[in-house]
Amino acid sequence: MNDQVKKALPWQRHWLGVLLIAAVLVAVPFIAALGGQAWVRIANFAILYIFLALGLNIVVGYAGLLDLGYVAFYAVGAYVYALLASPHFGLHLPFWVILPLGAAIACMFGMLLGAPTLKLRGDYLAIVTLGFGEIIRIFLNNLNAPINVTNGAQGITLIDPIRIGDFSFAETSVIFGVELSGPQKYYFLLVALAILVIMVNVRLQDSRIGRAWQAIREDEVAAKACGINTRNIKLLAFAMGASFGGIAGGVFSAMQGFVSPESFSLMESITILAMVVLGGMGHIPGVILGAILLTALPEVLRYGIEPLQDAIFGRSIVDPESLRMLIFGLAMVLVMRFRPAGLWPSSQRRRELAESEK
Amino acid sequence: MDTLLQQLINGLTLGAVYALVALGYTMVYGIIGLINFAHGEVVMIGTMVAFTVIVSLAGSGMPPLLILGIGLLVSVVVCMVLGWALERVAYRPLRGAPRLTPLITAIGMSMVLQNVAMIIWGRNYITFPPMIEKHIYTVGGATFTNVQMAIVSLAALVMLGLIYLVHRTRIGMAMRATAQNPQVAMLMGVDINRVIAMAFIIGSALGAVAGCMVGSYYEIAHYQMGFMLGLKAFTAAVLGGIGNLAGAMAGGLLLGVIEALGAGYIGQLTGDFLGSHYQDIFAFIVLIVVLMFRPSGLFGEREGDRA
Amino acid sequence: MNHVRIPGVLVVLAASVALIGCGKKEEPKAAAPAPVAAAAAAQPTMVVKIGHVAPLTGPIAHLGKDNENGARLAVDDANAQKIVIDGKLITFELLGEDDQADPKTGTVVAQKLVDAKVAGVVGHLNSGTTIPASAIYNQAGFPQISPSATNPKYTQQGFKTAFRVMANDVQQGSVVGTYAAKDMHAKKIAIIDDRTAYGQGLADEVEKAAVANGATVVAREFTNDKAIDFKAILTKIKAKNPDVIFLGGMDAVGGPMLKQMKELGIKAKFTTGDGGCSPELIKLAGAASEGVICTQAGLPVDKLPNGQKFVADFTSKYGPIQIYSPYSYDAVMVLIDSMKRANSVDPAKYLPEVGKTAYNGVTGKIEFDEKGDIKNGAITVFEIKDGKLVTLKSEGGSTAAAAAPMPAAAPATEEK
Repeated sequence: MNDQVKKALPWQRHWLGVLLIAAVLVAVPFIAALGGQAWVRIANFAILYIFLALGLNIVVGYAGLLDLGYVAFYAVGAYVYALLASPHFGLHLPFWVILPLGAAIACMFGMLLGAPTLKLRGDYLAIVTLGFGEIIRIFLNNLNAPINVTNGAQGITLIDPIRIGDFSFAETSVIFGVELSGPQKYYFLLVALAILVIMVNVRLQDSRIGRAWQAIREDEVAAKACGINTRNIKLLAFAMGASFGGIAGGVFSAMQGFVSPESFSLMESITILAMVVLGGMGHIPGVILGAILLTALPEVLRYGIEPLQDAIFGRSIVDPESLRMLIFGLAMVLVMRFRPAGLWPSSQRRRELAESEK
Repeated sequence: MDTLLQQLINGLTLGAVYALVALGYTMVYGIIGLINFAHGEVVMIGTMVAFTVIVSLAGSGMPPLLILGIGLLVSVVVCMVLGWALERVAYRPLRGAPRLTPLITAIGMSMVLQNVAMIIWGRNYITFPPMIEKHIYTVGGATFTNVQMAIVSLAALVMLGLIYLVHRTRIGMAMRATAQNPQVAMLMGVDINRVIAMAFIIGSALGAVAGCMVGSYYEIAHYQMGFMLGLKAFTAAVLGGIGNLAGAMAGGLLLGVIEALGAGYIGQLTGDFLGSHYQDIFAFIVLIVVLMFRPSGLFGEREGDRA
Repeated sequence: MNHVRIPGVLVVLAASVALIGCGKKEEPKAAAPAPVAAAAAAQPTMVVKIGHVAPLTGPIAHLGKDNENGARLAVDDANAQKIVIDGKLITFELLGEDDQADPKTGTVVAQKLVDAKVAGVVGHLNSGTTIPASAIYNQAGFPQISPSATNPKYTQQGFKTAFRVMANDVQQGSVVGTYAAKDMHAKKIAIIDDRTAYGQGLADEVEKAAVANGATVVAREFTNDKAIDFKAILTKIKAKNPDVIFLGGMDAVGGPMLKQMKELGIKAKFTTGDGGCSPELIKLAGAASEGVICTQAGLPVDKLPNGQKFVADFTSKYGPIQIYSPYSYDAVMVLIDSMKRANSVDPAKYLPEVGKTAYNGVTGKIEFDEKGDIKNGAITVFEIKDGKLVTLKSEGGSTAAAAAPMPAAAPATEEK
């Protein structure tokens, strides 16, 4: 099959691939459902993370700005959705109002973070963004007094699911004779959103802005000398990345029906960053791969460890839960050891790395 | 006034611990520009090893101070080996890799160490046996213990030793040369691999000392204790100007004092709008403000704009 | 250029599909019926799965494991009784899951239990995971009994499937607050919470009750559940010179806090809720725990007839009880009891019976109100004396073993 693909005309190869991918994407929730709806949920989280990782990829991968507080924007989006579509304030706005609004507010926060940190580089930027993420989380955790805005650590319950007229994403319904469960519906929504963010990423990569980001990433001084307005371009990276985080947050809110600050810890930022780097910074398929792997791996290990230990030793020697995170950490170390540019780096990056090794 | 004095004492003790841990970050960063995120876990392992040694020797009839000394020594040695192994296995192969690669390795390593510690020492909180009989002194309405005094003086001693090491010995000179320019240092006959390994080993030894201090001060240990401690210490290192030894010390002490005063007075400063729940924010806001005006930290050298 | 890599993408997708397939294949293996005792050969047998969820990794993993052990013991005890429902000998099987105290993982494992067609769920431990998971169980239509989630919101969502066997924060907080103001004669009280849903909720209720009973809150301070240094806030509290300090938080915070209070020379009495009312606190605080007043929901386990047996069985099997294992034990028993009364293991049939429960458990008599909260939930006040938790008094609860019930102690339906 591979040979055929290679011999075909460019557009034919292209469409064959697209069709195949589309077929697989449509099939996934139904195949996963055979193993239980839990797998559909896991798939959903994987796509949500793809979305987040691609958003962060704009900041880290393209513009080279190390952001350890990306989860802040995710949190902002989630809380915007939660506050405007729950009994907390008695507001129940439709999702097509809230999701863009969440993106806009997250974008604003992105600029807010970007502005004072423009002068910082590398690791200083990392610690400031990390601090920013913590600041947002701490505020969400504590803004229940004197005025109850976020309901503090208790979180916000009974958040509306995404709903179009009477068609709710939370319930099972039959469409054209096909039964779709709630998680399966969210799957298709998430896939649509992921395609959107992939398209934006692809378009940005080779645009003027994308090249400007790349220039800043490689050499900021030179970029400035070439007439690139580094301030605006950097702010734009933060703003774009943040907007995607905001949208992801909104969908997360709707899917979970409950948000509380503990979902937006530093570990979450680190996980998203790990997806980007592990997969291959700045390379879209790589980032997608990283996100899928890091979401799926702990789950696979959850189901795999106990039977494996039973098979080898005849009994469980170490608690499977402790081993799971251990293997997860080891996998990260090993991948970086043997594929320092990530599992699936862009060809350009691979070349650069090969050169630097000489 | 006695409250202010007390808060300063609280802050200085905490700051001394931060400073020691921050030195570990800064030593490594100063030489190869790597944030060793797993350093907090090294500190945790240090506490745990000391705990095991102390508990197993507790019944032997040796004087408590000797037991504590042995515990400290063993934990320093174990951590040195651990630091060396970390560098050798995880980081050395990544030299010349993209900047973020070792960062992810470090995060992975910290997860590995945490979970190994959980398998060995269990998931429960551990009571660190107090080996120094606690005496409480009261001066001007403020109290402090002999443990606190020991911590601050030991920290000061270790720091002085480190400064001597870096500025007066051959290996220290080699370190500074490598930090300046690894290639040139190599041409001048410096064994870079050895120097970098030394930085990890010394940093980890300092971490072990800090771990024992945390253990004897708070008398509690847990396999996840390294994470927050590491994070705070890292903040301290950046605050002082990462890569700069004096900066790490100053940053650590400053962060400790900021946290104590922040928690104590943030309510009064903001008319009770912000309470002690914003303690951590206070530290980060100071950090952001400092970095806005001095982008390389308080004591960091002004870096030229180079890529 | 992208199209060259398309086969690669497919490989990845195929791999993930294959992985999912693997997961599926393992499912029936895990659910395979355990061999039933030969004695029951004449009777048709049936395996009923009960789910249990708690964090088995992370900082409160020791509590999670404790909960799971409680539930496990209940399942073992029930199986030993050879329960027959609807003419079939029932073997109960516990599916223990780890939610890592993470709301996201919480919903995934909840869905997993739904897929595994469990008859009911005991869990989760934290309110933060219990609440998002409750929507999933509600949709699946089987009962969920949390042994330890105390956030009032859990049962206020209007779900018919949500129950708890633990007094919620409102109920417990008002007892502690009242006790501090009345029995401990506190005029000035300082309140600390750890900014978790549990600590914050409890502390707010304590504040209300203490103020209602004439005490003044002189300091309201905050920390977090990972902190180990509390000297800054304690110093501030010391300056206000309170009679009583209340902590809304867990034992891991309370232990070092008590020691640091001592170092700072704070003389105030220390009180805390169930999260800190554990042997772990005594272990962590050592001598500094002497004289601490704390509360646990439910009646003192060792005072109840079935309680003593539970303590003996549990300690011989799993070691000392942490906090909530008696509740997870009772929660499993309530599910099984309801099945017996409905004479069915079908959630649709026995769910209404759960609401009508009147079960004498190891933590006292268990009855639910219309929301699913435990009715007149008993709360016991302890003092730590000579390194042991000693019962001072019990409030609420409807078993004969309890002290005189005080209706004021449990305003069950206070809106927050």
